[in-house]
Amino acid sequence: MKKEDVPQDPSALVGVTRDVCYVKDKDGKYTTDLSIGWDVKKQALDNAWDDIKERVAEAATQVKNGEISPIFYFMEVKLMDITLLSGYTGFWKWTIKRHFKPSVFKNLSDTKLATYAKAFDISVEELKNFHG
Amino acid sequence: MDNKLILPYNHIQTAHCENGVATGLLRHHGLEFMTEPLMFGLGSGIFYIHIPFLMVNGGPAVSYRSMPGWIFSRASKLLGIKVNRRKFNSEKEAYDYLNKQIQLGNPVGCQVGVYNLPYFPAEYRFHFNAHNLVVYGKDNGNYLVSDPVMETVTTLTEEDMLKVRFAKGPLAPKGHVYYPENVKQVSKEHLQKSIFKAIHRSAFDMLNIPGPIAGVDGINYTARQIRKWREKLGPRKAGLYMGQIVRMQEEIGTGGGGFRFLYAAFLEQASDVTGNQKLLTLSDEFTKAGDLWRTSAINMGRIFKGRLNEQKDFLESADMLDNIAAIERAAFKELRKIKM
Repeated sequence: MKKEDVPQDPSALVGVTRDVCYVKDKDGKYTTDLSIGWDVKKQALDNAWDDIKERVAEAATQVKNGEISPIFYFMEVKLMDITLLSGYTGFWKWTIKRHFKPSVFKNLSDTKLATYAKAFDISVEELKNFHG
Repeated sequence: MDNKLILPYNHIQTAHCENGVATGLLRHHGLEFMTEPLMFGLGSGIFYIHIPFLMVNGGPAVSYRSMPGWIFSRASKLLGIKVNRRKFNSEKEAYDYLNKQIQLGNPVGCQVGVYNLPYFPAEYRFHFNAHNLVVYGKDNGNYLVSDPVMETVTTLTEEDMLKVRFAKGPLAPKGHVYYPENVKQVSKEHLQKSIFKAIHRSAFDMLNIPGPIAGVDGINYTARQIRKWREKLGPRKAGLYMGQIVRMQEEIGTGGGGFRFLYAAFLEQASDVTGNQKLLTLSDEFTKAGDLWRTSAINMGRIFKGRLNEQKDFLESADMLDNIAAIERAAFKELRKIKM
């Protein structure tokens, strides 16, 4: 890439930092330049977030319909998967899957709810009172 | 600890965090000649791997670089430097250890998770645990932080620092703290020798690792997968997969073109240090590869931008990757043969 070709398309980086790019100067030597973003990248990142938002909305609907517990919903909100949630809570994966069932969730002890709340960085009330 | 303790560390901004921390720390210990491309090359950072069955953020797991931590370790080994590394089970111990290093006047590298890094843009905060930064002091209870992807230095509260050092999941940092030891001056001959060794290792990694998923073969593997994605996953998901490839390739930290420009810059510098003209010619091959990776990203961008995509677009992308693989294969074969 040549220095004059470095894209400068405003992205989420603006106001935080800029990307270091390795580019050729006019003498054909390598140098660095800073970029505020590139549309191709921005689009890829935006798409990833659209996908996350869709998944979160779907999870909310499932909670509303009583198909799944709020634990699943907040897992999606916090961009986690079961492996990661298991890492943060210390619960086995199959235990977490069980806690996804609204009937099981209803009877969870406050200690267990507190563990989940801590992992999600929310209060126990928020976790308990999420109805989709 | 005193209320204020600022160690004399020079912040440097680099494309990639691990290169940045390693380069900054070695410069701090007197190796002024160290640059990001040199660190990346000496650490044999260039790579390609597509791990089947493993998903990252719901997309394919591809990487354009070697394992996190390897760049600093490999480069240090070649230069006769020891990297002191500590991981912890207890948060308290990890906390005390970091404070002690600062008190001893030793700026250190820390491995952290990105999800809870408050100064990162929200859009970039995924559960990625192999980010690196330097802690160079403490002021009023806050850590002074030199994060190589940031333009300037920043700070983290004690609470945030513990959170990011004890992020969970794949590649969990476990409070990982590291710094170089026994840093001695490196003679020109030693550096030249190290450069050739590192180049040969990269050539080995890219050409000789058995199996279809790693090295140049891995690029062909991804191309084969791309040809199947649209039919297997549907246009929408296949588009998201393409987006994931572009992000791994171009996102903050690669220097553009999936680290290929960075490697080209290394070969240019290597030619300077060793006087080997062939390395300069081969540097151009990696510039070419990097440019083609960028063109491929634009092509993939067309696919995931419009929700309308056709099989022929995917085939075109796959062909582009095969072309890149051919160029890199030829270049690494030349590098494999190169002699001092």
